[in-house]
Amino acid sequence: MEPSPWRGVLQRLRRDSEYIAIPVIALVISAVAFSLFLLAIGKAPLVFFELVHRGGFGSAFSIQNTLQRAAPLIFTALAVAIPARIGLVMIGGEGALVIGGFTSAAIAIPMLDRISPMPTLMIMALVGALTGGVWIGLAGFLRHARGVNETISSLLLTYIGIAVMNFFVEGALRDLTNPNKPSTKPLGDAYMVGKIPGTDVHWGFAAGILIAILLHILMTRTTFGFAARVTGGNPRAAMAQGLPVGKLIVICSMLAGACAGLAGFFEVAAIQGRANASIAAGYGFTGILVSFLARHNPIAIIVVAIMFGGIVASGGLVQRRMDLPDATVLVLQGMTFVILLVSETLYGRFAFFRIDEGRDRT
Amino acid sequence: MNDGLITTVLIALLGGALRVSTPFMFVALGECLTEKSGRVNLGLEGTLVLGAVVAYATSYHSGSPWLGVLAAGGAGAVLGAIHGFVCKLPRVNDIAIGIAMMLFGTGIAFFFGKAYIQPTAPRLEPLSLGAWTGDAKLATALQINPLLIVGVIIAFCMWWAFANTRWGLLVRMSGDSAPAARAMGVSVDLVRFLATAGGGFLAGIGGAFLSLYYPGSWNQGLSSGQGLMAVALVIFARWNPLRCVAAALLFGATGAIGPALQSVGVTQGYYFFNAAPYILTLLIMVGSAGSKQAAREAPGELSITK
Amino acid sequence: MSEFRISRRQFMHGAGAMGASGLLAGASTPALAAGVTLGIVYVGPRDDFGWNQAHAVAIKGLKAVAGVKAVEEENVPETDACSKSMESMVNLDGANIVLGTSFGYFTPFMIDLAKKYPKVEFRHAAPLWDGSKHPKNLGSYFGYLNQAHYVNGVAAGLSTKSNKLGFVAAKPIASVLSNINSFLLGARKVNPNAVVQVIFTGDWSLPVREAEATNALVDAGCDVITCHVDGPKVVIETAEKRGVKSCGHNASQAPLAPKGFLTGAEYKWETIYKIYADKVAKGEPLPNMLAGGYDTDMVMNTPFGAGASEEARKAATAAIADLKAKKPIYVGPLKDNKGNLVIDKTYDNYDPYLDQMNYLLEGVIGSIT
Repeated sequence: MEPSPWRGVLQRLRRDSEYIAIPVIALVISAVAFSLFLLAIGKAPLVFFELVHRGGFGSAFSIQNTLQRAAPLIFTALAVAIPARIGLVMIGGEGALVIGGFTSAAIAIPMLDRISPMPTLMIMALVGALTGGVWIGLAGFLRHARGVNETISSLLLTYIGIAVMNFFVEGALRDLTNPNKPSTKPLGDAYMVGKIPGTDVHWGFAAGILIAILLHILMTRTTFGFAARVTGGNPRAAMAQGLPVGKLIVICSMLAGACAGLAGFFEVAAIQGRANASIAAGYGFTGILVSFLARHNPIAIIVVAIMFGGIVASGGLVQRRMDLPDATVLVLQGMTFVILLVSETLYGRFAFFRIDEGRDRT
Repeated sequence: MNDGLITTVLIALLGGALRVSTPFMFVALGECLTEKSGRVNLGLEGTLVLGAVVAYATSYHSGSPWLGVLAAGGAGAVLGAIHGFVCKLPRVNDIAIGIAMMLFGTGIAFFFGKAYIQPTAPRLEPLSLGAWTGDAKLATALQINPLLIVGVIIAFCMWWAFANTRWGLLVRMSGDSAPAARAMGVSVDLVRFLATAGGGFLAGIGGAFLSLYYPGSWNQGLSSGQGLMAVALVIFARWNPLRCVAAALLFGATGAIGPALQSVGVTQGYYFFNAAPYILTLLIMVGSAGSKQAAREAPGELSITK
Repeated sequence: MSEFRISRRQFMHGAGAMGASGLLAGASTPALAAGVTLGIVYVGPRDDFGWNQAHAVAIKGLKAVAGVKAVEEENVPETDACSKSMESMVNLDGANIVLGTSFGYFTPFMIDLAKKYPKVEFRHAAPLWDGSKHPKNLGSYFGYLNQAHYVNGVAAGLSTKSNKLGFVAAKPIASVLSNINSFLLGARKVNPNAVVQVIFTGDWSLPVREAEATNALVDAGCDVITCHVDGPKVVIETAEKRGVKSCGHNASQAPLAPKGFLTGAEYKWETIYKIYADKVAKGEPLPNMLAGGYDTDMVMNTPFGAGASEEARKAATAAIADLKAKKPIYVGPLKDNKGNLVIDKTYDNYDPYLDQMNYLLEGVIGSIT
């Protein structure tokens, strides 16, 4: 009997639905676990989840709040995901973000009122991506050339990057008209990155999605991506096949740093309007978790970043309405993410998702 | 700079090393134990913070700071045990779980720690080892917390045990090659579970030092990333407990450079002096031709160095 | 449990003492109806023994006032998170007064929000509002804490034997520099040989480095220590452990140093918040600028501790009387510690020129870069 043409499609859907079903189950379990926590401290779980819904996703304002908060996380998560594909654990996105943001603000100072906004912003973005790229690229280079562990060097570079920014922001590049918040000279409204029309979300969100898609294509559909993944799977084998391992490592690191640098550029050009210590707000560190939760898949990163943004966006409402300390959200995040990560062990364990796979292959 | 100022700075470095290094030391030793068994626990920052608040709360309620130290170790061991249990499941990534556990530990600590920011709990008393010098500054610098000595003793014990005992061998085998260890009938999962719980215990004690001795109070900004940095120091120390102690002392001493130089009037560029521990660590790593050697010393099963 | 000493009685007293005094400028905003929801955003935890706690305690007092509802959010960074939190208070909680308590909230976030929500009143805790540039529904309020630091300086100047006073500071911004300079001038008033040594830690809350800085200052010979960081607990306790005297900041740290505590600089935010609540209850517009010091009961000093001698108490009490009589602190000419003339004449305590401070006066050992 000729198999129905739909059968393959249905089977693939059934198999792929595992990637939806398991996270959903995990989310339900963590909701139950967190409810028990709330009950234990005498708060009503239903009120809590209603507030999370209202604060994170319940209205146009809430959704935009969520998306805006997701924007920097997409970039900083990509800064972890790309090196992860080649087998590196880079945790220095925060430093590249700070350096990228700071240099883009610095390069803008002589251009303001001389060059029109659009080219200025382009140059700022380029410079931010470039210096961010060099920052993480340095960690990649040290790994390849000197065997310096990239996890520790990128972390050290983060602290050094923040010191570099503070030194200039409070010294040579300080705007003296702003005595109480050491900052570089403000860009001014004309030179700011605007909002996506019809929304209150800045263009950085759209740019993050675009770059995530581009990087996904780069890592899955090109020879470069293939070579990087081979290197990530087995560096010795890659070397033996004559792949330029060192070059691949440095390029992946630079791409990562460029992503984080762009996050810094958007913090400066879309949010703060100047570089100051506030751009080191911890997005680089949160991005690490986002990337791991998304299993270093750029498309999944978009989804996870939005989920993250929603939880943070609703955190304030929860604090205000339920009189809970702000750490409540940390507890919720920790619980949810531990359970989500543990749920990965369930993949392939349910017969439902595997049906007929074996017969198809013959 | 004249001699008096140089002496002041040197004494400050010595004092800084003795005062600031202990939490780094305990966390690094804990992580060293865990990583030797082939597992990474990046969540020790959360363990450190939870240990700090548990120690402070226990000391406040019981009146005994040493009970607080023990309770902090216990809390750390629980977090470590969760990490150890969860990571033995297939396909569960220990680095990611570590970061999630860091959020969880920090969250729990901040949540229940609110009530302990205001009260004053009994602290650990220092041992004054410098009275004989007759120099007030030196005497203060040489005030040592007993935990520092405990930490150094633990480091020597670990160093000796890794090389000379059956337990040490089991941990190293699990870390270097799980298949080989399994072939010899070692329960790798059990070894790693115990090593992770033990690592958590030590990191928790590091937190007790922060809240009960130096700086000696509980608040949410207490750790500012020391746990994360200490985990990274293990790689720097190449999985050797004695080098963990040295790295912690170096980190503590260089951390004192910023305030010490400002106190003698070298005030320009304090941001870089304050970043001295990070800059120096990076330079040492780049400068030591350690690449090949480090690769040999890394536990073969470690997800962070593969 | 709270060792914070602002009682209900003091709170009411402070409010009564307020009148048309204070710098009330440009009261042009439309009247608000009674039944007010006030939203307040803190940069750190509400119970930090310092800056945020001082605000939170005042707000707690306000919650007891009939017809006022307060919603609070803590640990909000100086990023778009702050504007989103405030917007959420407006959109979801119906807040009609929003207070921001950290410097970095003002530009650009609160300015933009005030433009976006013209019917909501925004007030920010630093003297940054400028009628010629900023929206009319935005404003500033501030307590000139440097006056209380000046009193600290007087007490410290008479309590030091080494003539070296130590100051642990977070960042070299204008309000911190003003506290350091005022502390020096207070000390110099009673002790011309006093110098102030400052150590910048680089951030608002770094307990370990604050303890290190305190130790370094004591090692360098300072025998009175004070600070300007978010939570002064660690500095005061470390000073006490080292057996030197200390002056507090932001909130009362007197119980932390039973032997060496002199006095401390404290805000009285409740005076300001009570004015807002009163205005709202009466349907009157809120002032755009509401700032003051001792003369308007917006700052105070912690009652003297065991470390303060009779002489120091007398001089400090006299200094407080001077400040209440609006006697100026910055009596020119004064040079900075690089030799430039920075205070060319005598300035009133509220002169905007002093809000722009970016120097350390001669007599302060330290550098702002």
